[in-house]
Amino acid sequence: MDVKAFTFERKLAAWNIGVAIAALAIGTWFGPLQAFEHAGLNLYKWLAPGIKSYYQGLTLHATLNALIWTTFFIVGFFSLTIPYTLNRKLRYPKVNLAALIIMIVGLLLAAVPLLLNQASVLYTFYPPMKADPLFYIGLTLVVVGSWIAGYGFYFTLYAWRKENPGVRTPFIAFASVVTMVMWQFATLGVAAEILGMLLPWSFGLVKGTDPELARTLFWWTGHPLVYFWLLPAYVSWYGMVPKQAGGKLFSDTLARLAFWMFLLFSLPVGFHHQYVDPGVPAGWKFLHAILTFIVFLPSMMTAFTVIASLEMGARARGGKGLLGWILKLPWKDPSYAAQNLAMILFAFGGIGGITNASYNVNLVIHNTIWVPGHLHLTVGTGVTLTFIGILYWLLPHLTGKELFSKKLGLWQAWLWFIGMIFFSNSLHLLGLHFGVPRRTAMGMAPYNLPEWRPFQIEAAIGGFILLISFLLFLVNVLGTVFASKPLEKPVEMPVAESVQDPQLTPAWMDNWRPWLAATVLLLAVAYGPILYEMIRSAQFVSPGFRVW
Amino acid sequence: MTVQASEHDGLHIDPYEKRWIMLSIILLIVFAAAVAVSAFAFGYQVPLPEQRVNPLTITESGPFANPGLRELAPGKYEAYIVAHIWSFTPNEIRVPAGSTVTFYVTSQDVQHGFLIQGTNVNAQVLPGYVSKLTYHFKKPGTYTFVCNEYCGLGHQAMYGRVIVEAP
Repeated sequence: MDVKAFTFERKLAAWNIGVAIAALAIGTWFGPLQAFEHAGLNLYKWLAPGIKSYYQGLTLHATLNALIWTTFFIVGFFSLTIPYTLNRKLRYPKVNLAALIIMIVGLLLAAVPLLLNQASVLYTFYPPMKADPLFYIGLTLVVVGSWIAGYGFYFTLYAWRKENPGVRTPFIAFASVVTMVMWQFATLGVAAEILGMLLPWSFGLVKGTDPELARTLFWWTGHPLVYFWLLPAYVSWYGMVPKQAGGKLFSDTLARLAFWMFLLFSLPVGFHHQYVDPGVPAGWKFLHAILTFIVFLPSMMTAFTVIASLEMGARARGGKGLLGWILKLPWKDPSYAAQNLAMILFAFGGIGGITNASYNVNLVIHNTIWVPGHLHLTVGTGVTLTFIGILYWLLPHLTGKELFSKKLGLWQAWLWFIGMIFFSNSLHLLGLHFGVPRRTAMGMAPYNLPEWRPFQIEAAIGGFILLISFLLFLVNVLGTVFASKPLEKPVEMPVAESVQDPQLTPAWMDNWRPWLAATVLLLAVAYGPILYEMIRSAQFVSPGFRVW
Repeated sequence: MTVQASEHDGLHIDPYEKRWIMLSIILLIVFAAAVAVSAFAFGYQVPLPEQRVNPLTITESGPFANPGLRELAPGKYEAYIVAHIWSFTPNEIRVPAGSTVTFYVTSQDVQHGFLIQGTNVNAQVLPGYVSKLTYHFKKPGTYTFVCNEYCGLGHQAMYGRVIVEAP
């Protein structure tokens, strides 16, 4: 593959990833500030008059980190993974360019009310809280832009298949496109919520809204959203990290099956975020609980396949013993270390996820601070630390320069791991044992108890360590871009071979129609009747409130 | 030749991985069964749909016009609570130990939460909808309830107490 032929794709990736890193660089600061605030150290006065409240900061933190950093990184990453592994340029580059422009315009539009404290509604923006219309418009454009990026990818895969009849789609390209297709289905919910409900209401065209219908449409998107974040990390863990470890992808077939299962089962599960909602019947909640247990299965498969692939690599490098081979993994490579550490903490996040999904068990931890404990292990580490690990080879690949400092990269990865253990541990305990709520400026809460303080201090220490880790990451990014020497040999995207020839994977595993049909059917069953009922009995009564 | 043919059809799965997948499926079935039994047989249930109300008029008529505690029978109570920016009305409930209280909570304005710390009472409180949850307070003590959904600048001050008095 001649990398020079993909100049446009690399520029596209660089722009998307640049925006992603910039978003993370702004959004991350609020994290430690929040942890310090809970422990009694309120630093927000130093941000005034720019940031007017803890809650404006929290909105920026989650919007920039969970929505912008992720979406832009993923689109940028796939702008390379798909063309490279198909060895085919993007079919319609202008489509992907238009996507980038729309996404950036959307981001800038949403940034205005966010920064001016006109949209301090947190990243879930639940009505009847009403944000400035520009916030909803901006977010919509970011999502629509990502759809268009997907269309550019689909055209490219379609063209490749016509040019290569009967050839199995290379795994990385396949998995990337499945992720975008899943995202397309996923975002229909929030698109309907914003376009059908929130925009007309925020412009005053409609006097009242129905908050339960809005919540249901949001969480149609809200759960598969996390798989949109996770699946690109899995693309790396399945398709790239085994190569980095000197091994091969243990099972091409099961890797593909896992991705098909994610397409099917990430979507029909939104009610597990609504177990304690007053407007959703028990039967529907329980159905989504069962479907959520099912979507845990492809992650269990992933754990086996990925670890087996890594073990292969370690033993090929001389690893011996039941567990001793772990020491022979390339721990000195910051890209490898970050991703392996991400996998470890993600496993704990997944276990917590099962708890959250378990219907009535959810009563114990719903909307407590356990949930941010969980999500910092999953999106905060499993996904974010993996994306950072990917950048440790991707930045040199894109810039043609050496990574500024491998040592800093290793320190960064380990500090993130250690900091996150303290941070997430304390949040899980505060939520589980004490019912401490999430999304709350605890330092100012009259019901804050002295017994909680040691845990809040533990979280603040974790947050401080994470802050140092993040600074090391920024130094490495800026150093690589501005102060590093050119690469002696080019850095290529790692692509793992699979143990078994992909051509032996059965043809039905590379045939989109049955899987797409099953996806639509499952969504119709899981959401059709209940949404029909909710729309029929909706009361568009609630006026908007500006509560910040 | 027959051996090769059977490897080319269907899915070739490593035997250890097959075992892992089977174990995972069994584990998930066990979890699902445990949850189903505890919820539907033993009654550890999530909030189920209750009535709809008009958030604009709840304080004028209906059970939320006079929120508070009502005794239905010795040891059996109903508590009607209105959540609004940024407090609960009422924010204090007193019952003797051993009481069973059914909470009915709704919102007058934005989404709130209602979580009684140390219990399974955890509800998303929406305007226009009534959240209903029942709890049996065996042990005396003070149970703090908090709003656990962001509702604005005063969210962290939104709390109340269930005071369970010793007999």
